[in-house]
Amino acid sequence: MDPASFERRSDCEWEVPPQGGMRVPGIIYADRALIEAMDEKVREQVRNVATLPGIVKASFAMPDAHWGYGFPIGGVAAFDAAEGGVVSAGGVGFDISCGVRTLLTGLRRNDLQGHEQRLADALFAAIPAGVGSTGHLRLEDREMDAMLAGGARWAVQRGYGEAADLERVEERGCMAGADPGAVSGRARQRQRDEMGTLGSGNHYLEVQEVVDIQDPDTAAVFGLRQGDIVVSIHCGSRGLGHQIGTEFLKRMALAAPDHGIDLPDRELACAPLESALGREYLGAMRAAINCALANRQILTHLTRMAFFEVLPQADLRLLYDVSHNTCKEEPHEVEGRTRRLFVHRKGATRAFGPGHPDLPEVFRDTGQPVLIGGSMGTASWILVGEAGSEQRSFASACHGAGRAMSRHQAARRWKGRQLVDELAGRGILIRSVSSRGVAEEAPGAYKDVGAVVEAARCAGLARPVARLEPVVCIKG
Amino acid sequence: MVVGGLFASLAQPAAVFLALGQQTGDSPVIRSAAGWEHFPHEADIGVRGWGATLAEAFEQAALAMMAVITDPQGVEPRQAVDIDCRAPDPELLLVDWLNALVYEMATRHLLFGRFEVAIEGERLHAVARGEPVDPVRHRPRVEVKGATYTQLKVARTGDGRWVAQCVVDV
Repeated sequence: MDPASFERRSDCEWEVPPQGGMRVPGIIYADRALIEAMDEKVREQVRNVATLPGIVKASFAMPDAHWGYGFPIGGVAAFDAAEGGVVSAGGVGFDISCGVRTLLTGLRRNDLQGHEQRLADALFAAIPAGVGSTGHLRLEDREMDAMLAGGARWAVQRGYGEAADLERVEERGCMAGADPGAVSGRARQRQRDEMGTLGSGNHYLEVQEVVDIQDPDTAAVFGLRQGDIVVSIHCGSRGLGHQIGTEFLKRMALAAPDHGIDLPDRELACAPLESALGREYLGAMRAAINCALANRQILTHLTRMAFFEVLPQADLRLLYDVSHNTCKEEPHEVEGRTRRLFVHRKGATRAFGPGHPDLPEVFRDTGQPVLIGGSMGTASWILVGEAGSEQRSFASACHGAGRAMSRHQAARRWKGRQLVDELAGRGILIRSVSSRGVAEEAPGAYKDVGAVVEAARCAGLARPVARLEPVVCIKG
Repeated sequence: MVVGGLFASLAQPAAVFLALGQQTGDSPVIRSAAGWEHFPHEADIGVRGWGATLAEAFEQAALAMMAVITDPQGVEPRQAVDIDCRAPDPELLLVDWLNALVYEMATRHLLFGRFEVAIEGERLHAVARGEPVDPVRHRPRVEVKGATYTQLKVARTGDGRWVAQCVVDV
C-alpha cells in the first residue's frame, strides 16, 4: 500500500480516516516498509470492519496484518453490546483459539548435544501430525461436554499435565461461559478422534534455543536465559473449531438482513451480541476455545513423555499459553469510562501490560508473555505486553510473521526434501509426513518476523524479551 | 497455478497437471469445456471449477479442492458417500457442498477423487467416491479447514458455461 495514502499519526501508526459507511477510523500499526509490503486488501478489510454496528474507537490492524476473511488476519475490533454491537464468526476465524504455548525445559543447549536426532524421532512418534492423523483419545458425548466446558482444566483432571500448568494459561485454562449445548453434532463428530493432534499447514511443535536476551529483567521473571532450550507448540481447536466457524458463518450471513445488518462482504457475517444467534455463537466459540486449550494441554503431556524417553532430566514447565483467534469479553477504559467490550482478535495476541488484574501473580509486574511464532526454520520471539497497549489496541499485539507469498509460489520455488537437507545443514531437524507441506511452509515464504516484532515495539504494543532459534521442528 | 483441463472431468480423470509460471487474477483461463484450476490468495488458496452445467462446475470445483490436499488421480474410487445440501442461492450452495466434503473427509478419514453432482433449485445431491487416506501413497500435504465466502462466485460466463469458485482455508 502507498504510505502517502494514510494519515501518519506517529512513526508506526497509520490512520484510515472514516469515510463512506465507516463508523470509526481504521488504524494500522506498522513501519513504512511493512505498510508498503501490505496487500491493498488489508485497507479494504480494515475499512469494512469499521462499518459494523457498535464498533468502539477504531478498526485496528497489527504489524503482521494480511488479507484474511472479512476481517484482516491481524485484525482487532471491539464491540459494545449496549450500542448494538456484534459478534462475528468471520472476525474470530475458522481455527478458533489457534495459539502458541511455550514450555521451559530446564535444559541448556549442550544438554541436547548428540541427542537431537533421537529427540526429533521421539517427538515425531509421540505427536500425531498431518492430514488424517488421529489422537489416542475417543471422546463420547458426555466426556466431550466435560472437555468443552473444562478446557485445559479438564485435561489436567484426566491426567494430562499438572495443576500448576493451569496458572499459566489464559483464562487459567478454562474459558468461562462455554455452552457445550451450542456445539453441533457435526462439530463433535469432527473432534471425536482429533483430540491431541497437531493438525497441518502452519501448525508445528518446535524445540528452540534462546539465542538472544533483549530484556534481562523480564527474561529472568519469565525463566529465560541465553542458551536455554524451550518447546513451542502452535495449534488450535482442530476440526471442532473449523466446523463451528463454518456453521455460524452461514447462519450469521443468512440472518443478517433479519438483524438489520447490511454486510459489505459476506465474510463479515455477524449477529448482534444481544441476539439469540449471537449468544449461541459466543457459547459455542468459548467451548471451542476450551477445546483448543485442552488440545494444547494433551500435546504438552505427549511432549513431556517424549522428552522423558530421551532426556529424563528435563523438567517441562509452562511459560505461558496464548490464543490468537478469539472474541473475549473484557473491561476496557474508553474516554475515561470503563466499558465491557467484546474484543475480536483475529490472528492477534492479547498483550496485557503490567498490573493487569487478570494476569497470574508471577507476571503482574512485568506484563504478559506474548509468544510470537516464526515459521519453520526461522526465529520466534517472546515479547512482553506494554502498559500502553491498553489505550492503543485494546491490549493486543501481533501474532507471527504472516505469509509473504502464496502456497503455490512457495511450492514452485522450493522442494521439500531439499529444504529439509538445507535446514539440517544449519543444525535444524525437520520431521514431517509431507514433503510438499514442508515446501509450502518454507521459511522464505514468510515475512521477516524480526521486522514485525520491531514494529510492535515501535508502536508501543509489546517489547521484545528474547529471540529463539529452532533446533527441531515437528511439522503437521 | 495448476490447471486441470477436460481431462479432469469425471469420465477421464486429470491426465496432466500444467504448472504455469504466471498466476491469474480473477478471470479464469478457460481452455476446455470442463476443468479446474487454483488461483492465488495471500495466506490460503482459491479453487475454481467450470463446466457446461452448474453441476459440472461444482464437480470440477470439488476436484480443485481435492488437488489442494493430494493429486485426485491417485485416489481410488473404492467407497461412495452420498451428500445432500440445501442453500438459498448457488454461491452458498457451493460453500455448503465443499464444506460437506471437508466434513466427510475429516470424519471418515477419506480422500475423494470423483464426484457426481445433481442440482435442482436449492438442493444438491451428490455421490463422492474415494478411499481411506494412505499417508505413504497419497502424501497429503495439507488439511482443508473449510471453504470460505472469500472470492466466492458462481456465475455463467459469456459463452454460457458455469464457473464456481471460492477461497479455501488451509
